[in-house]
Amino acid sequence: MTINEIYEQLKEEYGDSIIELIENPPCDSSIIVKAESIFDICHTLRDKPGFEFDYLMCLSGLDLGENLSAVYHLYSMKHSHKVVLKTIVPKDNPKIPSVEKIWRTADWHEREAYDLIGIIFEGHHNLIRILCPYDWEGYPLRKDYKEPEYYHEMKVPY
Amino acid sequence: MGLLNKLNQPYEAGGIILGTFEDILNWGRARSDWYLHFGLACCAIEFMAMNASHFDFMRFGTIPRATPRQADFIMITGTVTLKMAERIKKLWEQMAEPKYCISVGSCANCGGPYWEHGYHVLKGVDRIIPVHVYVPGCPPRPEAFQDGMIKLQKMIKEEAIFRKRKKLEEETKIELSA
Repeated sequence: MTINEIYEQLKEEYGDSIIELIENPPCDSSIIVKAESIFDICHTLRDKPGFEFDYLMCLSGLDLGENLSAVYHLYSMKHSHKVVLKTIVPKDNPKIPSVEKIWRTADWHEREAYDLIGIIFEGHHNLIRILCPYDWEGYPLRKDYKEPEYYHEMKVPY
Repeated sequence: MGLLNKLNQPYEAGGIILGTFEDILNWGRARSDWYLHFGLACCAIEFMAMNASHFDFMRFGTIPRATPRQADFIMITGTVTLKMAERIKKLWEQMAEPKYCISVGSCANCGGPYWEHGYHVLKGVDRIIPVHVYVPGCPPRPEAFQDGMIKLQKMIKEEAIFRKRKKLEEETKIELSA
C-alpha cells in the first residue's frame, strides 16, 4: 500500500483529524494528524486488515520552536509498507495520548521523549525520566534549554 | 645469573640485600597494586586490549578486584556523567587508604568532546575525587595505559610511608584539639 492510499483511507475514516499529507522527496512522506485522535488512528493502523502496522520503528520528540512534535515511524512486517505520522502540540500544554498500549515498544520511547523534550504522554503507565536523573530539572533537548550551574553541588559548566 | 645460583648459600658472596625498610615496603606495594576498574565508555574497550595477552596489564602486578574494599587504586575510564559521578564518589570513599586514582582519557580528565554542550557530563573526575595520574588520549593507546601505570608505580615507590603516618597523626591531633 502506498502512502497516498493509506492517506486516502485514513481521511475517509477520520476526516478532520487527518490534517495533511506532506511529500518531501527523497525523505519519507508524512501524515500530520491531530494529537487527540492519535490513539484511535494508531489502533486502526495496527489492527485493520490491509494496514497491519505491527512494528513501531521509532517514536521521537522534536522541538519546533513554538510547538513540540512527536513523530511515529510505523512498519508492517506482513505487507512491507511503512508510514510516518506526525503530531504537533503547543509547548505550554504538550499532551499527547500514549500509544504504549498498542505497541509495547513505545514504553521507553515515550519515556525518552518525555525526559528530553518534555512531551507528556497521557495514559502511559510509568511516565518517569529514563536517561537523566529523576530529580533533574528541565528538558535538555529543548532549544531554549539552559544547563544548570550546579547539580548536587557539582559544577556543571566547564 | 648471580643471585639465583647462590640460593643454597644465602650468606656467602653477596646473598644479602641492604636497603631501608621503607624502600622494601614501597617496592612491594608498587608491584602488587590491585585495582577497581570503573569502565564507562570507549576507554574501557581499549582497556580490554590492555588486559589481553598482547599488552598484559597483569605483569605490573595488578589484579582486577570487584569491590572497592580490596582495591589499591581505581581506574576511571570514560565519560563521567553527573548521574554516575555520585556513584564514583561513593566507591572512592569505600576504598581503604592508601588509595590512588588514575583518570584515563579526555572525558575523565576534562570533559573531552562534551566540554561545551555536555549538560550531563562532569567536566573532569578531579572535581569530585583526587586524581594522581592523568592518561591523555581519546581513547588512549594501551601504551599510554602502561605509561600511566609506570608513573603510578614510580609515585608509590617514592612515597614516604612512616613520615606520612606521623604527619597524619599530627593532623588528627590538630583536628581533635580544635
